[in-house]
Amino acid sequence: MTAMQRLLQLPVTAVNMVKTVQSQVQGQEEDKSPVLTPDGVHQAWYSALQPDELRHLRSGAPVTISVSGMNQSIESQEWLRVSTARSTRFQSDATIALQEQGGSTKRIPLLVCELTGLIPVSLTGKEAESCFNWVTDTFGVSGKKAVILIKWVKILHDDLKEMLDSNKDSLKLEAMKRIVAMIARGKNASDLFPAVVKNVACKNIEVKKLVYVYLVRYAEEQQDLALLSISTFQRGLKDPNQLIRASALRVLSSIRVTIIVPIMMLAIKEAASDMSPYVRKTAAHAIPKLYSLDPEQKDQLIEVIEKLLADKTTLVAGSVVMAFEEVCPERIELIHKNYRKLCNLLIDVEEWGQVVIINMLTRYARTQFLNPNMNESLLEEGSDKTFYGSDEDEDEEEEEKEKKAEAPMAKRKPYVMDPDHRLLLRNTKPLLQSRNAAVVMAVAQLYFHLAPKAEIGVIAKALVRLLRSHSEVQYVVLQNVATMSIKRRGMFEPYLKSFYIRSTDPTQIKILKLEVLTNLANETNISTILREFQTYIKSMDKDFVAATIQAIGRCATNIGEVRDTCLNGLVQLLSNRDELVVAESVVVIKKLLQMQPEKHSDIIKHMAKLTDNIQVPMARASILWLIGEYCEHVPKIAPDVLRKMAKSFTNEEDIVKLQIINLAAKLYLTNSKQTKLLTQYVLNLAKYDQNYDIRDRARFIRQLIVPTEKSGALSKYAKKLFLALKPAPVLESPFKDRDHFQLGSLSHLLNAKAGGYQELPDWPEAAPDPSVRNVEVFTLLERVTTLTSVPEWTKCSSREKRKEKKVEKPFYSDSEGESGPTESADSESDSASGSESGSGLEESGSGSESEESEEGSESEEEEEEEKDKKKKKKELKKPVQESESEQSSEEEVRKHERKNKQRKSDSESESDEEEESESESSQSESEDSESEAEVKKKKKVAEPKPPSKPVKKECKKEKKEMSLLDLDDFEPAPSPQATPLNTFLSSSLVNDLEGLSLSDAVLSPATISPSSTLKSYELLHRITGEGLSVEYCFSRQPFPPDGNMVAVQMQFTNNATSDAKNLHMEDVKLQSGMRVKEFTEIELLPAGETATAVMGIDFCDSTQAANFQLCTHTRKFFVSIQPPVGELMRPVFLTENEFKKEQGQLMGMNEISEKLTLDANCRNEHSIVQRVITAANLSRVPCGSDKECRFAGRTVTSSSLVLATVASREEGAAQLTVNCEKMVIGTMLVKDILLALTQ
Amino acid sequence: MIHSLFLINASGDIFLEKHWKSVVSRSVCDYFFEAQERASEPENVPPVIPTPHHYLISVLRHRIYFVAVIQSEVPPLFVIEFLHRVVDTFQDYFGVCTEAAIKDNVVVVYELLEEMLDNGFPLATESNILKELIKPPTILRTMVNTITGSTNVGEQLPTGQLSVVPWRRTGVKYTNNEAYFDVVEEIDAIIDKSGSTITAEIQGVIDACVKLTGMPDLTLSFMNPRLLDDVSFHPCVRFKRWEAERILSFIPPDGNFRLLSYHVSSQNLVAIPVYVKHNITFREGSSQGRFDLTLGPKQTMGKSVEAVLVSSQLPRGVLNANLNPSQGTYTFDPVTKMLTWDVGKINPQKLPSLKGSMSLQAGASKPDENPTINIQLKIQQMAISGLKVNRLDMYGEKYKPFKGIKYMTKAGKFQVRT
Repeated sequence: MTAMQRLLQLPVTAVNMVKTVQSQVQGQEEDKSPVLTPDGVHQAWYSALQPDELRHLRSGAPVTISVSGMNQSIESQEWLRVSTARSTRFQSDATIALQEQGGSTKRIPLLVCELTGLIPVSLTGKEAESCFNWVTDTFGVSGKKAVILIKWVKILHDDLKEMLDSNKDSLKLEAMKRIVAMIARGKNASDLFPAVVKNVACKNIEVKKLVYVYLVRYAEEQQDLALLSISTFQRGLKDPNQLIRASALRVLSSIRVTIIVPIMMLAIKEAASDMSPYVRKTAAHAIPKLYSLDPEQKDQLIEVIEKLLADKTTLVAGSVVMAFEEVCPERIELIHKNYRKLCNLLIDVEEWGQVVIINMLTRYARTQFLNPNMNESLLEEGSDKTFYGSDEDEDEEEEEKEKKAEAPMAKRKPYVMDPDHRLLLRNTKPLLQSRNAAVVMAVAQLYFHLAPKAEIGVIAKALVRLLRSHSEVQYVVLQNVATMSIKRRGMFEPYLKSFYIRSTDPTQIKILKLEVLTNLANETNISTILREFQTYIKSMDKDFVAATIQAIGRCATNIGEVRDTCLNGLVQLLSNRDELVVAESVVVIKKLLQMQPEKHSDIIKHMAKLTDNIQVPMARASILWLIGEYCEHVPKIAPDVLRKMAKSFTNEEDIVKLQIINLAAKLYLTNSKQTKLLTQYVLNLAKYDQNYDIRDRARFIRQLIVPTEKSGALSKYAKKLFLALKPAPVLESPFKDRDHFQLGSLSHLLNAKAGGYQELPDWPEAAPDPSVRNVEVFTLLERVTTLTSVPEWTKCSSREKRKEKKVEKPFYSDSEGESGPTESADSESDSASGSESGSGLEESGSGSESEESEEGSESEEEEEEEKDKKKKKKELKKPVQESESEQSSEEEVRKHERKNKQRKSDSESESDEEEESESESSQSESEDSESEAEVKKKKKVAEPKPPSKPVKKECKKEKKEMSLLDLDDFEPAPSPQATPLNTFLSSSLVNDLEGLSLSDAVLSPATISPSSTLKSYELLHRITGEGLSVEYCFSRQPFPPDGNMVAVQMQFTNNATSDAKNLHMEDVKLQSGMRVKEFTEIELLPAGETATAVMGIDFCDSTQAANFQLCTHTRKFFVSIQPPVGELMRPVFLTENEFKKEQGQLMGMNEISEKLTLDANCRNEHSIVQRVITAANLSRVPCGSDKECRFAGRTVTSSSLVLATVASREEGAAQLTVNCEKMVIGTMLVKDILLALTQ
Repeated sequence: MIHSLFLINASGDIFLEKHWKSVVSRSVCDYFFEAQERASEPENVPPVIPTPHHYLISVLRHRIYFVAVIQSEVPPLFVIEFLHRVVDTFQDYFGVCTEAAIKDNVVVVYELLEEMLDNGFPLATESNILKELIKPPTILRTMVNTITGSTNVGEQLPTGQLSVVPWRRTGVKYTNNEAYFDVVEEIDAIIDKSGSTITAEIQGVIDACVKLTGMPDLTLSFMNPRLLDDVSFHPCVRFKRWEAERILSFIPPDGNFRLLSYHVSSQNLVAIPVYVKHNITFREGSSQGRFDLTLGPKQTMGKSVEAVLVSSQLPRGVLNANLNPSQGTYTFDPVTKMLTWDVGKINPQKLPSLKGSMSLQAGASKPDENPTINIQLKIQQMAISGLKVNRLDMYGEKYKPFKGIKYMTKAGKFQVRT
């Protein structure tokens, strides 16, 4: 108060001085800035406050704030708000002071200090310090605690203006910093606009940046002046530096001034076709800004979005999808053409973009694909059960609905997952490992909404991981887990313990965890859960205890076995000291008793006693209801309770009163002798109650139960009405059915539709045409050639590249190798659904790897399929070309071909597209190894010489015959007959690559590659290799120059912008005994091209790495190749007897056996063979028993025999035996095969 | 997406605001204040608060509420994760993220926020890129800046956003090339009354501090990678390589970053380093309670257990505690009823104990809840899961870096129920 008194003693003259100063200021400013005057509202806060301040000073009253005399500026409203909200604090601490400071200067600062940070400007440096000192001295406010804000009315802004006008950048910077600090605190600095905007062209980057900050904040309020800055940005848009172009566009689009909409539109359009992906990204960001400023522009903006959606850089993808979501989320058809690209780019997009894309794709998938769960049995068991027979065990309601929708479909053909659907699921899965919780959640919801039930499980682990994050993250994740755990309880059961509650968890987290625990409770785990609950009941957090009691109640209703245990536990709680606990227990017990009342009359009696003590209305009401409902079970107590209640009627809460009336009515009907008077009394009291509900109820009941001559027909039924059997309440989770909102969304969290929420559509009954997602290739090509820089996608997506390869391999092996059904389906059924059903059969037949095959088998007919594949290769991995469209636009295709030729890629055919595809495919078919897929792919990218046509045609025929043969003969065990042939083949891979000779072509069909997927390893990453990336694989080919060497096939890809020359190897460092045959030097590898070479390494039967340097004309890279042990051998063909004989000689030390449990996906013979052969280069030995698979091979260098046996027993148990003279090799091989079989 | 951001301190003052679209009035925070008043504890404020026109999504870090204003549907985790990223960035820049630090560096903060979001959509959140755009303030630089009037903003235009390795800035140079990795594991456990483990799991992270010149490509391999149950990576880690070979291959960001966090859940793998013998009883009818606590090492693999701190929230009825520690010091706060006992190092020969009596409110009945005991501890030079880094190789650069690895085990949420 002393402070206040001193303040108020300030001389009136001082006040007047301030006033005059201010009026001068206003005058000056009006002269200076004509913009300010026209609207008549002066923005500066002090003019708004001044009358008030002065009034306080003069009146001598404590500081109370009134609105009168204030204009409607933001500041005045805020002043009012703060003062009313915190009036007590304000009055005690906030003080307005006036002081003459520093006699030497003529400035008269108006110092305003208060605690809450209300007044606009803070001073820095010495001025602030002196003011601060003065304030603390004068008012005795303790220094640090008081946040002192000082208003330096006119002088400060003058200062700032002066500084901004000066020539020194440092002064300008200082001024701008102070202004930004003002903005940051929410103070108005708009009167400085003219002074600031002048500096928009300042050379100093930081000043410029701060000016931008200012401009974006205030341009909206000062539209006319803001126009002054536009030309600067327009100039910036033309700058040769991409970063300047981008930043100019960014600021320009952030200025919310309607007049410049056309300028912005133009700038966005231009930037959308900019060379730099960064500028294009900025353009994508600008789209929603412009849209919010002027929704009229929507159509034009959609055009731009369409254009940017076709962009292939990871940088742009996230931003443009965000723009799409903001501007035109309903135009789902724009996504079709870009769907596959988005899926493939996804992993390399920045994390925030990933979230947006995944959410959008979830919605997209819901409109385009069929429900994968519509007949799950086919997927899960691969059996031929009928659709109806299979889904009894499913969620009834959901299934019911689905059944109705999908039944007609399902009857016609079994469900087959669209390959694009599979692509989405596969490409999002790795993102579950993201560090960003939002990404993990986005993937989780995608799986929840889109994946077949059997596959959803993978998300549980990732979600549980998020529970260790910040509590806010936990909160959101738990909400979603709660919803999921209702639908898919099994998913989280293994993680039950992760939801146990710690005493340090915040209450809201505790309650959510409790919800999840309750949802997860079932017969098997209920005892552990109840034991947990018991500890929770002793918690100090009473809200939590109440929630626990509710949870126990829910467990008891859901699980019949524990109902009595729970009830007993709850009854014990009735003697708890805490009233809240007791009340909650009563409410829950009431619900439980309703299920089986006759058994528990003693509990009801016990509860009747409680009415004396319990004061919580809800609990009292519950007890009364119970007694009334079951008054026949407690005939003696009930009337007594009513008597007591009648006494206290007037003091009860409304809900209790209602229940008293109820009790009275019920007793009257059953025991009117004892209770007639009491009932009359209660009804009379109720008649004059204040609450109309109670009055109504009393009137109603009196008419109903008390027989009068007037009473109608109803009173006869009164007993039936009141004492009807009531169904027991169902205790339901509040999270039930929340999943109609897209999980992870704001709407789901709030359980209410948020603005802008896009409904998650229901699955379509019939899948829309999948061909809309096919992309025409020529347009993409054109783009590539127009861009001078190497397109980003070739650089960025090495990760996918690898993935893609893996994806494609099985496709080939499927069509050529053992899985005949696919082939036949493809070639025989040329209906629209041909390929789909083919891959579907596949899927049901052979486990996991077949999923990947879907990718390839998209098109309708075999030829087209081949063609597609080829295209895909050519473009590295541009999405598949649609064959129909291709035919329709043959001219374009030609153009495309020509272009290809120019780019020295494979342009074998000049004439017919059909022919080209055939030749192409046959050519690749004719390669004589298991590595066909691999080699072919490489070839596609950079095949140097066009082979002759006739040969190719022959090959084609050959191939066809063979593939038919495959189906009949080799289907059950393809590898044993196939692989030995390799050893006889004289042609080397190098020869293959140089072109196809006739002999090759003849030989090739004889080779049937096992389905093994050749693993390729990275030798040089494109980043380390400065654009050059090298991968290698063990081709499992004989290496003709030296039989003791392992052939290593390398694929060089030049991702850099410049050509690489003279690729060769140098400086080979080897362990003793090892030898290397270098590959032939590659003289030129043009940018964007790929080349293949083969080298031989004699590893001396060891897994030692071969180290060498890979040299280009400019650089050298140290690389090393280390072989897996399985590659150190070559297959040999043995008969069963030979095998047994050899095995007999390799016993004892040379035999290693290991027990294992086979992976669920690999229990059949076929997949065991396949996995073993993938892991090691062995051949299969024929065998009489189908329980055993035998394999044989010899090590490459020493030709030691390697024998492997996998004997399977029941339930996936199996024994693996390896016999090998070289024990080290044997041991390692066991490990590798074990790994292959168990994963 | 994100419209505005308000920073609110513990006493309910808005001390910073930033708008990315049109200005949203501060008054929107009133809804937040209301929710704050309703919540009993600061951390009980709901992270998402709907208001008539906006949604407020907030996080609480370092006793500051970061309140984001949202106008339409957006994944809440998106915003929460972003806000945490903002806090991490501040911490990275200023060392601490306190109200004072933010106020002192308000301009840098503003510049950072401007770069991190464009029109409410995250733009540059990688600390390497941000540091190229805006240099973090150091004491030296602040002094130089005040004298010369130069700036914190990078002179060069940033290139990081354009590079193929968006998390690493280009042209890094060091005279000492060093790479340090800290393997830190936290044990989360609940031990029940009888001393048996209810749940136990290990939550581990590998934090790296890499200061290497150029564009090094590192591979880090483990002796026993199968131990890791569930992992999440920094975006720099090549996922495929991990899948195939269980090797971490990555081009590291410059400076400090979290390479990996992992999880070992299998309960029998988790060694519980200490045991607690406790006897906390209240007698009916008397105003006294007994308190007896003894700590001992259990499975420590020969390492000593250090920095042990025991804390427990005693029941509300406890007025005071009169205890006698055999080592260390204890404090009891009669207002919050929080008992903390700073034990220090556990000497296996002479086990630390805390014994004595508690006085209860006279006449009050005995409290029926039992306090839980929270334990913090540290074990140096050991990862409790047994995880071992095998080797670290560098490719792509010629020099020999200095490599270092450190292991540490801590107690995370380690609770003993009594």
